[in-house]
Amino acid sequence: MSRHTLSVLVENKPGVLARVAALFSRRGFNIDSLAVGPTEHEDISRMTIVVNVEELPLEQVTKQLNKLVNVLKIVELDPAQAVQRELTLIKVRADAETRSSVLELVNLFRARCVDVAPDAVTIEVTGTPDKLQAFVRLLEPFGVKELVQSGMVAIGRGARSITDRSLRALDRTA
Amino acid sequence: MTEQMTGAQALVRALEHVGVDTVFGIPGGAILPAYDPLYDSAKVRHVLVRHEQGAGHAAQGYAQATGKVGVCMATSGPGATNLVTPIADAYMDSVPIVAITGQVASGSIGTDAFQEADISGITMPITKHNFLVTDPADIARTIAEAFHIASTGRPGPVLVDISKDALTATTEFQWPPVMQLPGYRPVTRPHSKQIREAAKLIVEARRPVLYVGGGVHKAGAAPELREFAEMTGIPVVTTLMARGTFPDSHRQHLGMPGMHGSVPAVGALQRSDLIIGLGVRFDDRVTGELSTFAPHARVVHADIDPAEISKNRHADVPIVGDCKEVIAELIAAVGKEDRRGDYAEWWTQLDAYRTTYPLGYETFEDGSLAPQYVMERLGALVGPDAIYTAGVGQHQMWAAQFIGYENPGTFINSGGAGTMGFSVPAAMGAKMGRPDAVVWAIDGDGCFQMTNQELATCTIEGVPIKVAVINNGNLGMVRQWQTLFYNERYSNTNLQTVRRIPDFVKLAEAYGCVGLRCERPEDVDEVIGKAMEINDVPVVIDFVVHQDAMVWPMVAAGTSNDDIRFARDMAPVWDGEDQV
Repeated sequence: MSRHTLSVLVENKPGVLARVAALFSRRGFNIDSLAVGPTEHEDISRMTIVVNVEELPLEQVTKQLNKLVNVLKIVELDPAQAVQRELTLIKVRADAETRSSVLELVNLFRARCVDVAPDAVTIEVTGTPDKLQAFVRLLEPFGVKELVQSGMVAIGRGARSITDRSLRALDRTA
Repeated sequence: MTEQMTGAQALVRALEHVGVDTVFGIPGGAILPAYDPLYDSAKVRHVLVRHEQGAGHAAQGYAQATGKVGVCMATSGPGATNLVTPIADAYMDSVPIVAITGQVASGSIGTDAFQEADISGITMPITKHNFLVTDPADIARTIAEAFHIASTGRPGPVLVDISKDALTATTEFQWPPVMQLPGYRPVTRPHSKQIREAAKLIVEARRPVLYVGGGVHKAGAAPELREFAEMTGIPVVTTLMARGTFPDSHRQHLGMPGMHGSVPAVGALQRSDLIIGLGVRFDDRVTGELSTFAPHARVVHADIDPAEISKNRHADVPIVGDCKEVIAELIAAVGKEDRRGDYAEWWTQLDAYRTTYPLGYETFEDGSLAPQYVMERLGALVGPDAIYTAGVGQHQMWAAQFIGYENPGTFINSGGAGTMGFSVPAAMGAKMGRPDAVVWAIDGDGCFQMTNQELATCTIEGVPIKVAVINNGNLGMVRQWQTLFYNERYSNTNLQTVRRIPDFVKLAEAYGCVGLRCERPEDVDEVIGKAMEINDVPVVIDFVVHQDAMVWPMVAAGTSNDDIRFARDMAPVWDGEDQV
């Protein structure tokens, strides 16, 4: 099994997320991470889907995804040629005694403190999944009270855009 | 042209514009606004069925007999859920139908309102696409899109769910609408490099087989297929969905492959060195245990759906495209090759299979009727110009095996889904689509009891189909498996219809049909002849057959095609094993 990152451009319409998610579950794929949001074009949403799967079944699920009428384009992003980011919000136990140690880690990881209470701080951190895992591991001794993490978003490096051609397809029908 | 009208009027007008002449359905609360303008339509005939499942299968029969999109209509909730089975059936067999359902008013969606069901959610995995329309301005465009999606690329069912308030509100009707389907671009033109590659393999092969599926008929490519087969001399097998696409009487035709395929067809695939799959999906009923399927064959796989290629069996040469274009280009490409394939030795082997293992069946000493004999006589007397429909089970397999099909699209049955009750409503739809054709529904006594209520529709609407009930008093195919794999423990398969509960002749008469019965081989011709003379009302023949008749040949589920039996405990002896 290996991790694959799919960027899926879809029409910004109700029910599209359900169609995509249902297709993965019906074919027996577990989605590791999923992020959906708007793009530079109001009619297009972009999903970043991370799946742990072999090459052949991935090809099959990609073909099935392509058959969904609302799916405009699917690109598999090569991790070496893409910027990948996740965002995590962590509430960590931190009192007068431990706060400075926690803040030191925050600085080291270029994270940000977004809320402070007498016995806890809330930290915002972005990065690759590896970086976030390392950060959380270091915070654990202080006591992680709560953690929430976004799905991964990813974009290819360089000047080329994967949305250009899909935009033209949309313009033709508009 | 722009006109003010209600959403319901826009719906009916849109159906007229896309060329709908027949709609099968049942009204109810949420769809009621649509039935009012439908009442006035001079172009669209609405056929009031007795059960929504009948409406769906009738739409399928209509679609398959005409090549047009079949249409069914139902109300929200249970009306819509009763369409689920035919929609799933159409999805499995790639039949273009559009199902239109009423939905509760948009403000009530999600409140568990009376007769509310999330039918677009329910049918998401069994439709090619579906729509929930809550804005009357979207109705006309959505109908245009639904028909476009259903009928192009790989055909399939599309559901349009319309909320009641969208049907009653006023809107501007504009035709033609601008379709908004930026993500829908079916590929129909094959890649020329792949075609050349396929042509090369074809002339190099020594033991090729043309494995022909439903996609060839759907593409209207039967003439091209015949030309290609005759030009190359390659043997042909036709799947359950492709019966008739290549004439059964043709010398190069080896029959149907698969679980109940002929020994020559199954043996040819297993021993081939090149399979040219056209509009097929390497279904488990054809391949048997996949890992042992055609172990020495390279595969050229052409289909309009890229997701079918290499799904089950790796394709050495994948070709995405419409079979009509694919085969036409294959003809040209093979023509350009400077040599022809030499298949003489292959044919010697195959002809030996044909001589040694022809289709056959058991007759019974007690003088009772063999179902296969009924099929043979039906095929001989009614002939290849009729349309035959079947449901699922033994009767379906016998109909596929023992009736000779010469024309594409003349055998309409439930292939992938295996839906009991398909036959009668599908025959009704086929007959309404092709009123001049003789339509025979071949059915089992189990299947027949699931949808025979549509005989009422047939009588009232003047649709004189003929029904041959192969009545063995049992869920025959299930019983056959119990005989073979469950130590003859016949758990819940005996329908006791031989006790005449119900009496199919009386049942037929109750529906205003003519009911006939046949119990002895010597009466078969006469009864079929009598049925053929009646053309004003439907006819039902109760063929009471022996309950122990079984479908042979058979590849048991989950076993290899190599382990095919042509009769119980009778395995063919394959010659020339060492040459492969």
